[in-house]
Amino acid sequence: MAAEPLIKVENLVKHFVVRLGAFGERGATVYAVDDVNFDIFAGETLSLVGESGCGKSTTGFTLLNLQKATSGKVLFQGENIVSLDEKRMRPYRRELQIVFQDPYSTLNPRMTIGEVVGEPILFHKLATKAELPERVSRLLADVGLPARFAQRYPHELSGGQRQRVAIARALACEPKFIVCDEAISALDVSVQAQIINLLLDLQEKYGLTYLFIAHDLAVVRHISTRVGVMYLGRMAELASREQLFSNPLHPYTKALLSAVPEADPELEKTRQRQILTGDVPSPLAPPAGCRFHTRCPIAMDKCKAVVPEWREVVPGHHVACHAVEQGAAG
Amino acid sequence: MTAPADNKPLLDVRGLTIEIDTRRGPAVIVDGINLTVGKGETVGVVGESGCGKSLTMLSLVRLLPNKIRVKSGTAEFAGRDLLKMSKSELRQVRGGKIGFVFQDPMTSLNPVMRIGDQLCEPLIYHRNMSKADARERAIELLRLVGIPGPEQRIEAYPHELSGGMRQRVMIAIGLACDPELLIADEPTTALDVTIQAQIVDLVKDLRKKLNMSVVWITHDLALIAGLVDRVAVLYAGTVVEDAPVNELFARPTHPYTRGLLASIPKLSDERASRLSSIGGTPPEPGRRPKGCPFAPRCALAESVCHERVPVLEPVAGSTGHRVACFVAQRQMMEAA
Repeated sequence: MAAEPLIKVENLVKHFVVRLGAFGERGATVYAVDDVNFDIFAGETLSLVGESGCGKSTTGFTLLNLQKATSGKVLFQGENIVSLDEKRMRPYRRELQIVFQDPYSTLNPRMTIGEVVGEPILFHKLATKAELPERVSRLLADVGLPARFAQRYPHELSGGQRQRVAIARALACEPKFIVCDEAISALDVSVQAQIINLLLDLQEKYGLTYLFIAHDLAVVRHISTRVGVMYLGRMAELASREQLFSNPLHPYTKALLSAVPEADPELEKTRQRQILTGDVPSPLAPPAGCRFHTRCPIAMDKCKAVVPEWREVVPGHHVACHAVEQGAAG
Repeated sequence: MTAPADNKPLLDVRGLTIEIDTRRGPAVIVDGINLTVGKGETVGVVGESGCGKSLTMLSLVRLLPNKIRVKSGTAEFAGRDLLKMSKSELRQVRGGKIGFVFQDPMTSLNPVMRIGDQLCEPLIYHRNMSKADARERAIELLRLVGIPGPEQRIEAYPHELSGGMRQRVMIAIGLACDPELLIADEPTTALDVTIQAQIVDLVKDLRKKLNMSVVWITHDLALIAGLVDRVAVLYAGTVVEDAPVNELFARPTHPYTRGLLASIPKLSDERASRLSSIGGTPPEPGRRPKGCPFAPRCALAESVCHERVPVLEPVAGSTGHRVACFVAQRQMMEAA
């Protein structure tokens, strides 16, 4: 792991103002991402996990300046990219790419696959029109599609093939960093494994760095270098894959891991689950203090009033919980 | 929890074939499915999107969408063929003896009806309960599925509840008339894992209390590992393997089942090791290949697999484990 991070996220905040009521007469704030801090190192896969509405996708969008951050910094090569306007952002767009969840709605149905993949190359002037077909077929080969697919339209392709096209499009402008926003969640299990393998191969071949946003913990455990757990807009825990899965410290991480079913009937019969009660509170009115205290099995009085500090309890292991001791072994 | 072998199964589906009208004429999408569910047994029906798992179950209560119909087959429930029942007989079964839980509670619940009224409806219709009795039972049901403050929540509209709560309401409706069989179609797919764990626990608990049979339709093999007694694996409209749950995970025999299990990341995997995957994609409904439907994606396929359709045959050395694969069957013959 390089000493200097590729991307540094500092106190990132994203609030949305929404209009409620039949005529939008009441304003309210969604606290989607609140004071999030983490680094992403070159060549690693950092995963963000958490349940729907926890802010993991918003973190990915805000980090790429696809949504304006409310406050905070995202440093990429020393530049705070979230403060840039669209024009000054453009050179960074080439290096920072994204693959979305639904390959059915992210490909223009009226463009051939060749046009979809070729567009960013022409836009960033990475090749001439004459060189383009050659570049496109090389990209398609990279994602395991035959060159003749360049003439096809998205509706002629299966979900897995479309996701390969979306990955080829992201690769087209030779990025350093790709946000994979639930990029494999919509695919069938047998196809999912193909795309995971593809992402891993490409990472090795081109030295890519991934921010992998997902809710499937089995997949995250498989591909991540480090994992961050989010709950209701805040980061609860961040650690290496090994640390997080073998020694989770935050009570929410513990509950989340214990809820994941394992494909082993013998294990499942004897396994003790820690089942959380209740639902995730609304991000319109997050609880005071620690946001997890309403469902936490070990909540104390302090948790209801004081926001737990985000701290590194052992090297490389960050957690925000009053109940975790400094230097904790779990 | 396995049903005694001498008992007749509660549900016995034989040779169920479903076809769809396409521009090129009718096409078979479910091809001769056989499936049994014993009394008190929980069966997992597993397969990927488009394999026909949901249509199979919808056809049993004759809720197939337009242009899709049962071509042949029987489905005996407690000795009576569901597919030949009169409409009035069928109404007694639907929501009464057979309860249904659908995947998406937002589209299956009536948005302009209070959840209490939706719960009371089957009770008044099937059980001839008075309004007051039904209301009391509805509160009891909401409490049973773990909804806090049921006396107040019964007045709520679906949009006032969270996704997990709505799915609990769906389950409560499915359970309202103490069904002998509960058919749950991906009931937790739209939910977060911590809520999924709550729902799975709830169903496990209830089936014990009510001695109910359950069919759980899903694409998630890991989820059913700790939940069901037996698993039927569907591929492109046919059952390719059928086995007790432990047996299926310990000795998966069909190449498709093996491929599916191998493509799930395991706890013991090295980071970023290659997952084994199945090449290609499932055939589109209505474009099933001749011969074994899995043959075009199968690494073991031989010429016979492209010519003829294999049928379910018992796997040597185990009870209740059947597989539809020429290669696996021949290998067992040779080993014997």
